[in-house]
Amino acid sequence: MLQADLTIILPEIILSIYAMLALVAAVYTGKDKAAPMLVWITSALFVVLAVWIGMNGEGSTEAFGGMFIEDAFSRFGKVTILLSAAAVLVMSQDYMHRRGLLRFEYPLLVALAVVGMMVMVSSGDLMTLYMGLELQSLSLYVIASLRRESAKSTEAGLKYFVLGALSSGLLLYGASLVYGFSGTTLFAGIIEAAQGDYLPLGMLFGLVFMASGFAFKVSAVPFHMWTPDVYEGAPTPITAFFATAPKVAAMGLFARVMHDAFGGMVGDWQQIVALLAVLSMFLGAIAAIGQRDIKRLMAYSSIAHMGYALMGLAAGTAFGVQAMLVYMAIYVTMNIGTFAFILSMEKDGQPVTSIDSLNLLARAEPGKALAMLVLLFSLAGVPPLVGFFGKFYVLRAAYDAGLVWLAVAGVVASVIGAFYYLRIVYFMYFGEESEGLDGGKSAMLSGFLMASAAIMLIGIVNLFGIETPAAMAAAQLVN
Amino acid sequence: METVILFAPLVGAIIAGFGHRIIGDKAAQVVTTAMLFLAMALSWIVFLGHDGQMQQIEILRFIQSGDLNTSWGIRLDRLTTIMLVVITSVSALVHFYSIGYMAHDENFSEEESYRPRFFAYLSFFTFAMLTLVTSDNLVQMFFGWEGVGVASYLLIGFYFRKDSANAASIKAFVVNRVGDFGFALGIFGLFMMTGSIQFNDIFAAAPELAETTLTFLWRDWNAANLLAFLLFVGAMGKSAQLFLHTWLPDAMEGPTPVSALIHAATMVTAGVFLVARMSPLMEFAPDTMAFVTFLGATTAFVAASIGLVQNDIKRVIAYSTMSQLGYMFVAAGVGVYSVAMFHLFTHAFFKAMLFLGAGSVIHGMHHEQDMRNYGGLRKKLPMTFWAMMIGTLAITGVGIPLWTISGMPIGFAGFVSKDAIIESAYVGTMGGYGFWMLVIAALFTSFYSWRLMFLTFYGEARGDKHTHDHAHESPMIMLVPLGVLAIGSITAGMIWYGSFFGKQNEVIKYFGGHYTAPAEELAKEVAANNPKASKLKYVMEDAPGEAAIYIKPENTVLHEAHYVPTWVKLSPFVAMVIGFLTALWFYIWNPSIPGRLAANQRPLYLFLLNKWYFDEIYDFLFVKPASMIGRFLWKRGDGSTIDGMLNGLAMGIIPFFTRLAGKAQSGYLFTYAFAMVIGIVALITWMTLAGGAR
Amino acid sequence: MTIAALAFYLFAITTIAGGLFTVISRNPVHSVLWLILAFLSSAGLFVLLGAEFVAMLLIIVYVGAVAVLFLFVVMMLDVDFAELKAEMAKYMPLALLIGVILLMQLGMAFGAWTEADQAQALRGAVTPTETHNTAALGALIYDRYFLIFQLAGLILLVAMIGAIVLTLRHRQDVKRQDIFEQLYRDPAKAMELKDVKPGQGL
Repeated sequence: MLQADLTIILPEIILSIYAMLALVAAVYTGKDKAAPMLVWITSALFVVLAVWIGMNGEGSTEAFGGMFIEDAFSRFGKVTILLSAAAVLVMSQDYMHRRGLLRFEYPLLVALAVVGMMVMVSSGDLMTLYMGLELQSLSLYVIASLRRESAKSTEAGLKYFVLGALSSGLLLYGASLVYGFSGTTLFAGIIEAAQGDYLPLGMLFGLVFMASGFAFKVSAVPFHMWTPDVYEGAPTPITAFFATAPKVAAMGLFARVMHDAFGGMVGDWQQIVALLAVLSMFLGAIAAIGQRDIKRLMAYSSIAHMGYALMGLAAGTAFGVQAMLVYMAIYVTMNIGTFAFILSMEKDGQPVTSIDSLNLLARAEPGKALAMLVLLFSLAGVPPLVGFFGKFYVLRAAYDAGLVWLAVAGVVASVIGAFYYLRIVYFMYFGEESEGLDGGKSAMLSGFLMASAAIMLIGIVNLFGIETPAAMAAAQLVN
Repeated sequence: METVILFAPLVGAIIAGFGHRIIGDKAAQVVTTAMLFLAMALSWIVFLGHDGQMQQIEILRFIQSGDLNTSWGIRLDRLTTIMLVVITSVSALVHFYSIGYMAHDENFSEEESYRPRFFAYLSFFTFAMLTLVTSDNLVQMFFGWEGVGVASYLLIGFYFRKDSANAASIKAFVVNRVGDFGFALGIFGLFMMTGSIQFNDIFAAAPELAETTLTFLWRDWNAANLLAFLLFVGAMGKSAQLFLHTWLPDAMEGPTPVSALIHAATMVTAGVFLVARMSPLMEFAPDTMAFVTFLGATTAFVAASIGLVQNDIKRVIAYSTMSQLGYMFVAAGVGVYSVAMFHLFTHAFFKAMLFLGAGSVIHGMHHEQDMRNYGGLRKKLPMTFWAMMIGTLAITGVGIPLWTISGMPIGFAGFVSKDAIIESAYVGTMGGYGFWMLVIAALFTSFYSWRLMFLTFYGEARGDKHTHDHAHESPMIMLVPLGVLAIGSITAGMIWYGSFFGKQNEVIKYFGGHYTAPAEELAKEVAANNPKASKLKYVMEDAPGEAAIYIKPENTVLHEAHYVPTWVKLSPFVAMVIGFLTALWFYIWNPSIPGRLAANQRPLYLFLLNKWYFDEIYDFLFVKPASMIGRFLWKRGDGSTIDGMLNGLAMGIIPFFTRLAGKAQSGYLFTYAFAMVIGIVALITWMTLAGGAR
Repeated sequence: MTIAALAFYLFAITTIAGGLFTVISRNPVHSVLWLILAFLSSAGLFVLLGAEFVAMLLIIVYVGAVAVLFLFVVMMLDVDFAELKAEMAKYMPLALLIGVILLMQLGMAFGAWTEADQAQALRGAVTPTETHNTAALGALIYDRYFLIFQLAGLILLVAMIGAIVLTLRHRQDVKRQDIFEQLYRDPAKAMELKDVKPGQGL
């Protein structure tokens, strides 16, 4: 029994043991000098695990009496999480190193956070869920304030921590209500208990509180307030990390709980999720317009994008989940490219994040500007780029589910949101003369930027075939 | 082979259009022309070897949606083969001619590479036209229909730096849109009624359609009549029939070879082809047929009357084309589709030649197009003169009436086919309006054609002396096509007389049908109506759609047309002679008469010179109101309302919310926590209200 | 009312009151003391449930260690709560309103509280019967809830790493104790005996 269980969670075990061994090894040997190597090893391990999970997994199995679920959905989430974390880690190395932030704990905390995320998307029990969530969150709190001599970074970490604690409280309170109603913490038991239309208010409240906890993690309005401050305050590579893997994990967890545990009350949570989605889309689009700092802007951008992903979830159908997964995969790819660009923004060797500094970038570095243009158009959802198909998918899911008003709102919000993406393009191509940025030095960052832009163009052929695994994942989650 | 014919021009167009930077100007011209000659050779082989039996060749599957099932296919029958030779022959000759004509063009500087573009357009046009005529269903035909429209648009506006050329191309496109709307409605209607857009299915359902009624525009109509009419509206646009004709004269803004190919020989005859192709439907739509006859006759008359006073050499020929198209529609309208196709066939030769000849004159006269500035060019352009002379003899219908050699009349191509139309019209309209209009038009035709010849080639040299001194004969490359077309203009009528306008059985067989003896009552009836034509031996046996054209057994016009009174047979000849003599008198013997006449009959002269004021009326009725509505919608609707609203939203309301969101992001932790709590309370309240309701 | 019920309400009310005063008392030290009271009374609740082991853990770990640590931290940090509260006071009416709404909603929810039919059975099914509850706890933690237990361990590890990453500083100008150096110090090398003659100085 136990051995079979352990086989199922082998990837998580390997990653945890690696993290602990590497920690000990680094402490007793080179300490921070070993950090660059650890970054590479960790990334490599991520990729290997991603390939392993992607290739090997099959069907749907449960471990520890249903507390841990390994199915197509969790595999999709894990592969996305691992690959994006690997990409961000590799991208961050040079930046962190040059600013003296590359501590050997950094890759290991990321590894532990990834363990948390993997548990999150696999959780089949309220307690597993909470453990995964806290493991991930705690690691993120720490790396958010990694630049401890900077007041902004510390403040970001602290804000994130306190608000995160509040959201955990909400989540736990909701979980206790749900447990009180159903008498079990297993999702399988909850879905059995919570069926039908006449559920007591206490159960509904439990649902709302738990949804609020998840909404905090995916930074959906009105639980988003931490996002801009943390994105701005944290070192840029860590912001990039925040914007990618944890979002996928939180989204996956959200979908997992809503469908696996509350699948019997779709009508109830659909309203909540739709409301969160529409608020996020509009706030993300509207508030971003006022931003001059590209990291803050990306924070609002990610809020808006989470709104769209939630729209897929709000559909409450298998197709909706599929749309959400496709959307998240596309979102992550776009964000990796965009943050590769932001990481390469430097003036006199110092990182800059002001949008004004991009003036006339197209003249100095036409290739980079073009790649960024493609990414921005894709982020804005301009056809025929891949970003458009992501949006199209979720809109269709919402439409098919009868949420026409939500789809219409999504289109309106994307029109508003296009403004701030296009404004960056405007600055890059038609801005005023000003002191330019330093030329890009890092081939790695340029590579990620170009690759991401190329994916946005080439992916329109068949989205690299992610629809099929996403559809399988959705089918296994929703039934 | 048919597939090669169809795609050779497309290949040429693609190579010339996209590859001319690689292969060079010269090669692009040679490749397209060679492709066309290949297509022409194959077309003649197909045409001469065709036994009349319909073949269908599938090329690829195309749209499949619900009931709608179309494949891209070729329907090869007599109509198609006729069109194939007409299109590929004229097109090949025009390509060849254009190598000379477009060699120097003052609308483009020497460095500009405009020639491959021109040739690519020409070849693309040819491809679209072939698609149209080879189609075995309405949708493919519509694609070809629109394809030629696009090519025509591109070629009319080829001199894109000239405002007038751009305006003309837009006009051609817009006017054709009106016709195409009708055509599209017709296709929709046929699909609605028959559930198919395949010709075979539609034709088979035609007798049934004649019994059905269809509600359209709040009224019940006979389905066959209505649908045939809608299709004919499309034909009207493409073939420049009255009311939708205004674009054709303006289309002369394009280079002259374009006029020869598109606006004389091929595209404008697509309407006639459509009517002939839809003959199984038309036969069941008598009211529409009456309308076709009426409109064709009127067009023939009106266009010829305008042609009398025009001064631009190309415009004269353009109105002539319009008038001849009217003839063809009359023939189709009275039910002798073979005769309509006959005239289409012969007309292609001599009208293309007239245009190419005119092009040669224009080329020789340094792009001077006003005939008042010509005169006495016979010596300077001898070859062109003779070509034009043959063309004129053909169009005016010179021949020996009432005299045949073993059933074959002697005369130029136009003589044979035009007389056939007039005789059919006499029978079909019982000596009424259509017949007389055509005879008068024949007189006018003779007059304006000879007027053109006399003004251009005879008399004193007028206009710029310098131009006249430098007038020169065109190069051989432009004269050869004229020669080839001249042969066709002389002989085409005589050779194919029997096939198109011979005995009933001959014609039916030629178009791939089978004949049988008529019912007794029918023979009696015909004999009673027309004692001379009592020998009705054959009628068509096939069901609609089995042969290339369908002639109802009751439709005996073709038969009776051979037995019209002698004065009817003589009438076009007499009209021609009168027109010729009048022109001779006006422009050779006493050249002062036209000026005096114009002064005496000023209103009539202006009326004709201004083309019956069609453009002005349309301008007042449609263009001005449309422009006013457009301006209103632009300024008030778009500018004030939509832009105003959006600007207000984009510059007022959204920034307000942006500032609000910025303020809410205070940076204080408790604000953030507070927002979360407010959020959750809102959600809970929502849940209580929504959940409590259940 | 049985003794047990009386004891339950006593402990329950004390726990809530302790929590309340932890939040509202003006003096941070008092807050911590109130917190200790809340811990103690919840330990009492655990005893009533028959979970002596957990109750003892609560007292030893939370009261004995955590709360005392808190007390020290609070006493060492000089946080001006009054200033923070002044800023927050502006929002007090709104906060109160929302609080009242929230309470009313929750009241409604608990007023109409029902649970699923099989909830009681499921709740009971987890606990092994006929074992001592410490043993039962161990059996559950190391068997059924093994995964969660280990994950909790990982979380604590992260917390530890975090604390070190965020606070540990290696200062170059500070002398550090090196135990091995001290142990292996050779008196012969470290010390040099000089014979100083009286009255001469060095």
